[in-house]
Amino acid sequence: MELLWYIILMTMLTIYVILDGYDFGAGIIHLFFAKTEKDKKAVTNAIGPFWDANEVWLIAVGGVLFFAFPTLYASSFSGFYLPLMMILWLLIFRAIGLELRGQIKNRMWEAIWDKAFGIASLLLALFFGIALGNIVRGVNLGMVTDGVSAHEPHFFFLPLWNSSFSPHAEHLGVIDWFTLMLGLVGVVSLAIHGANWIIFKTNSDLNPKLKKVIFNLNFVLLALVIISLSTWHIIDPNPFRNFMEHPWLIIFPLITFTGLFGLFKVKSFKKDGLGFLFSTLFLLGGLASTVASIFPKVLPSTNDVNPSLTLYNVAAHDYGLSVGVYWFVIAALLVAVYMFVQYRVFRGKMDDVGYGDH
Amino acid sequence: MEDMLFYDRMQFAFTITFHYLFPQLTMGLSLMIVYFKWRFLRTKIDKYNDAAKFWMKIFALNFAMGVVTGIPMEFQFGTNWAKFSELTGGIIGQTLAMEGMFSFFLESSFLGLFLFGEKLMGQKLHFLTGFLVFLGSWASGYLIIATHSWMQYPVGYEILENGKFVLTNFGALFSNPWLMPAFLHNQMGSVITSSFVVASIGAFYLLNNKHSEFGKLFVKTGVIFGLISSILVAFPTGDWAAKNVAKHQPVTFAAMEGIFETEDGGAEIILIGQPDVENKKLDNKIAVPNVLSFLTYQRWDAEIKGLNEFDESVYPTNIPGLYYSYHIMVGLGTIFIGLLLIAGIQLYRKKLYTTKWVLWTLMFMLPFPYIANTAGWYTAELGRQPWLVYNLLRTADGISPTVSSGNTLFTLLGFIGLYALLGLLFIMLAVKIIHKGPETTKHI
Repeated sequence: MELLWYIILMTMLTIYVILDGYDFGAGIIHLFFAKTEKDKKAVTNAIGPFWDANEVWLIAVGGVLFFAFPTLYASSFSGFYLPLMMILWLLIFRAIGLELRGQIKNRMWEAIWDKAFGIASLLLALFFGIALGNIVRGVNLGMVTDGVSAHEPHFFFLPLWNSSFSPHAEHLGVIDWFTLMLGLVGVVSLAIHGANWIIFKTNSDLNPKLKKVIFNLNFVLLALVIISLSTWHIIDPNPFRNFMEHPWLIIFPLITFTGLFGLFKVKSFKKDGLGFLFSTLFLLGGLASTVASIFPKVLPSTNDVNPSLTLYNVAAHDYGLSVGVYWFVIAALLVAVYMFVQYRVFRGKMDDVGYGDH
Repeated sequence: MEDMLFYDRMQFAFTITFHYLFPQLTMGLSLMIVYFKWRFLRTKIDKYNDAAKFWMKIFALNFAMGVVTGIPMEFQFGTNWAKFSELTGGIIGQTLAMEGMFSFFLESSFLGLFLFGEKLMGQKLHFLTGFLVFLGSWASGYLIIATHSWMQYPVGYEILENGKFVLTNFGALFSNPWLMPAFLHNQMGSVITSSFVVASIGAFYLLNNKHSEFGKLFVKTGVIFGLISSILVAFPTGDWAAKNVAKHQPVTFAAMEGIFETEDGGAEIILIGQPDVENKKLDNKIAVPNVLSFLTYQRWDAEIKGLNEFDESVYPTNIPGLYYSYHIMVGLGTIFIGLLLIAGIQLYRKKLYTTKWVLWTLMFMLPFPYIANTAGWYTAELGRQPWLVYNLLRTADGISPTVSSGNTLFTLLGFIGLYALLGLLFIMLAVKIIHKGPETTKHI
């Protein structure tokens, strides 16, 4: 039962990253590449009717985490207190940036909310990448000093950084060079993903330029992936263990690299949706590979005193998990219907949807 | 430790109070928008569709504010109340996860269609999307109050040796006797808020001689919805909810009614007075003998236990706060019924639109249903203290053990600043929409 809910949770998380990921990416593109009012309109039209429903996946992931793995929810949300609060504030800025911009026709007003939306999107992509880095690196569970736990073995607290910025410090920070590197992977991969979405959903004049941007950023992404993989052993001496023992898992890295290398052909794609498909493959494969590399751990311990959190020692009781399957299946079917309706009504190019024209 | 608890409570109280200013309007307003759309479908009179469109603008703005201030609520169970989440997550996580899966997806998917899709879909489908948004927002309220009800009156659980609460009966979460009265009472409160907002803006248009046709429609609709909901909020729902408190939380009941001593021959109902907790008495009281006994047990001489019967360790933490919250809610509720009865009579006599003093009063009533709803929630929440799960888990034992008071104060200050900005922006934009007023459909 725990395993089923683990798969459900990870699937939902991946869906969230793919969906809200294109919103963040569109925000980054908006910040750096959309110069004219027309370009900006194209970007916001492409995500306008979707971003709110996409963000609901985050709430749903939070809810399912709370219900199925309460100990992990309690431990990680209190331990990563500060970065989570900042993510909340950034989500607020992104939302009001998008929603309020069109309420008043005034250059200054629009400029403020353009920047709020763009910068919040950029920082959110960075923070989510950093978050992933923290999960694979692990934390000092129980806040052990000199072999003695200061708290119950599953609780911890992380400041934003410690002065060494090292993933090896006894008292870690949220931001160190390793997690920051994954943060950059987040920014670059989501910028590519967002650009692909804009190409997919609009006929904007921006599109030819975005293809070049994707092509160039893809080199940066490849470089970052290579550096990450070659330094991964620093945080985990045997990072490929799970892949050796269960060779079928190699499908996930294969998906990742299909997505990554596929995008180098972006300039010659005939269909506008193809680029989005490849960046989706990259995100899906990348997340699944990362999560699979630490399985069955969900939050590794960096000390020898307290055991890592695994999906088995953080789960809720069996009865609750079993009952949950019934309502979850009904809810998931309904969600599929809603999404079908939503993407059907807003199918095709979105240049004329007039998002934000209140 | 004391400081940690204090700031955790302050942050939750501040963020939830601010958050609930928005959903209380959207839940009631979605019902009224569906009503306007329905009238339009039936009569084909453009006025109703234009009214629906106007209120959809206010709705969209409120909804956005509700969403952005709502996400921090779900996060804060884990960030600030980690021990509580760990111990009870297997139970309250059920209803909270269901809220996300059943209502938020429904609302957010169809809100986009409702706001942008009128031309694409045609009127009947547009009405349907509006109805689904309404359904989603009420389902959200239902599941939140199911969670709240379990904390007030825990059912269907078992406590393991390690202190964890595990679910043993899923159905019990929804047949909880606390749930239905609390849910209906809350929803009626929400309809009162939207009724007064609609009537207040209608009165503003009438008094200002602008958009008078809409002014009349808004005042009339607001008064009718308001009269029905303000009666239902008191009876049967409020009465039913209060009886639950008397039955299951007698010490809370004594504190909110301001009963310090058990009285022989029946308890009086206190209308006004200031509790002096230190000396265990009520100053300057105005009370009506025996009425509380009658209202609670339908017998004039029924015994109501006073605070003197309970150990101080189970007293609600903030007795004056609880007492005032309850009395403000009930007092305002009574005023609402009185005012709306007068307005209703004038409407029946076809004199409402020219009775200036009633219009002025309706206009200035705008903030009071918000105060009443907030006071009602403070009654429920302060009444549950010092417990998170009534009689089973103390609030002090539910906080995050590793988050220092300094970090919580930091984020509390951040929220205060951010929400002050949100509040200003909201008022600015709402005033702009109201000032511009409804637009009439032009047929070419």
